[in-house]
Amino acid sequence: MKNLIRYKSIELDRKVFYPISIVFILLSMCFYAFVTLEHEGHWLTGMNNQIVWGIPHVFAIFLIVAASGILNIASISSVFGVSIYKPLSRLSGLLAIGLLVGGLMVLVLDLGRPDRLIVAMTTFNFKSIFAWNIFLYTGFLFIVVIYLWMMFEGRYNKFVQQVGMFAYAWRIILTTGTGSIFGFLVAKEAYDSAILAPLFIAMSLLFGTAIFIQAIYYIKTTFDVNTEEIIFKRLKKLMLYFILAVFYFTILYHLTNLYATTHHDYEFFLLFEGNIYTYLFWIGQILIGTLLPLYLVSSKKFYNCWNTLLLSSLLVIIGGFVQLYVIIISGQAFPLDIFPGYIESSSFGDGEVAKYIPSIYEFMLGFGGIAIALAIFVLGILSLEFIPDSLDDERLQS
Amino acid sequence: MKKYEIKLDRRNFLKNSVSVGLVTIAPGVFLQEIAHGRSLDEPASDKIRWGMLIDTNQCTEDCDACVTACNEEHGIEDFGRPTTDTQWIRKLNLTNEFTGKKYSLPIMCQHCENPPCVDVCPTGASFKRADGIVLVNKHTCIGCRYCMMSCPYKARSFVHENLENQLPHAPRGKGCVESCNLCVHKIDNGENNTACAEACVKDGHQAILFGDLNDPKSEISKQLSEFGAKEIRSDLGLNTAVRYRGI
Repeated sequence: MKNLIRYKSIELDRKVFYPISIVFILLSMCFYAFVTLEHEGHWLTGMNNQIVWGIPHVFAIFLIVAASGILNIASISSVFGVSIYKPLSRLSGLLAIGLLVGGLMVLVLDLGRPDRLIVAMTTFNFKSIFAWNIFLYTGFLFIVVIYLWMMFEGRYNKFVQQVGMFAYAWRIILTTGTGSIFGFLVAKEAYDSAILAPLFIAMSLLFGTAIFIQAIYYIKTTFDVNTEEIIFKRLKKLMLYFILAVFYFTILYHLTNLYATTHHDYEFFLLFEGNIYTYLFWIGQILIGTLLPLYLVSSKKFYNCWNTLLLSSLLVIIGGFVQLYVIIISGQAFPLDIFPGYIESSSFGDGEVAKYIPSIYEFMLGFGGIAIALAIFVLGILSLEFIPDSLDDERLQS
Repeated sequence: MKKYEIKLDRRNFLKNSVSVGLVTIAPGVFLQEIAHGRSLDEPASDKIRWGMLIDTNQCTEDCDACVTACNEEHGIEDFGRPTTDTQWIRKLNLTNEFTGKKYSLPIMCQHCENPPCVDVCPTGASFKRADGIVLVNKHTCIGCRYCMMSCPYKARSFVHENLENQLPHAPRGKGCVESCNLCVHKIDNGENNTACAEACVKDGHQAILFGDLNDPKSEISKQLSEFGAKEIRSDLGLNTAVRYRGI
């Protein structure tokens, strides 16, 4: 059957005015925060010598894992041969680039010495998973650009599958690398677990799909892209599977910790102590980020309702952000047990739960990352044919 | 006036030159060997492993002479913000959960043989010198703080503030991570002691003993072999150069 997919680029008109103005405002705020922190030092943030990674890292890691996951839409088409996703592949690639660049920007702007980016790009310690990640991230960008080129250029369409396979393998390794940043930290009770790598892979698939649903809804309503039952049902099913996958690895991670006596204190602190992390875990991550969207996407009551899917993807994004906050911050806030069997106290916070109150500057940096992702998305759809003109069932099945 | 006749034949000239030369060089060679001192262009030797022995029996809770001395030695300021202020060495108070016995001891970078901070540093700015001292190269540290995440002893601090009037022997700067450098400048100029150990002796406690762990004749090696000592978090297999006695 003849391929009926057509793509379009977007005219610079009133429709893109809102995203462009959001980008402008958020980037200005991000720039202000960056210059202020660079000039004054990190004491203006909520981060300190106990909580060394804060809100900027939550934003950055969220965007980076979502970048890997959002490319899954393209992978399903070119690697697993599900042609229904083919019209969405270009958009998936564009969003992957945007999210990754946004996440990396936040990481770089939060460095103590961002002016030494060139040092980070030229001097490597290959025993460090961080150094490997620099290659994984830049390599990912390069591969996705090639992938998009193969998709756009009719003569090279035949290579899409091979490049897609490579990109698929690369992003699995990339997310493993990101999870391993924490998994390889032997000293901290909350980390030091190989399960963090597959957990991050599942999280990337879930967050990526949730953001993709938001993007599809945006182009559907703003640029009159017709969507019908098939694409809706497929995305809903993907969400369901990925919520279950993240839930499974989350349970496995905590069960592993609960089994090992040495990790009991941390698990009690997180799950039952009644501190901020306990509430964030149970209400933010489990209720809002897992159970509620799980109910919304699996209940027959909300059959064929875009608004419900949109709401559940929004809940997943909020829950995912909270999940990363819990992983990154609670793991640092829980005191290190330097002398097991002793009660410790010092002027450096030994034996105490570290306090962390994020400052406005950290949020400004983080939202700057989202602005960059949005800017790349808008620039992409304005300049090249990324958006399918229709996603109706007949075309998707063609 | 008596006239001295100097016989300056070739044999005597060579003999005298060699003797003068030996007398001039020998003390330098031997004294340097004894002091482990070395010239600045000579690399650190892996024959030496600098370390410290902390005797917790000698350390008292009300004394923080070691902390004050370290801050003075390296120009570490107090900005009145305890959560972000730099601490290279800190006093830790411990109470045994089972017996209730109390201890007080200083804790700083443990100068591990297998340092996790060196493993995780993306640029290699965290490094271990041949003589076992773990340092941060202030020219290549990008301030990512991954080393702080990995340190099991919370020994590192991030410079959160603008610094002024830094000391020439202690290069420090905003946005970099730093930690105890075992007074590397004192080692390199042949003093072979740390500010904290000197202050502890001066205060009459002798709780900190600095020395070469590889030299069986050093005081630290003698005490370690006679009394033994513990490595903190020995379960991690890091083989630290700072050992604790009495705990």
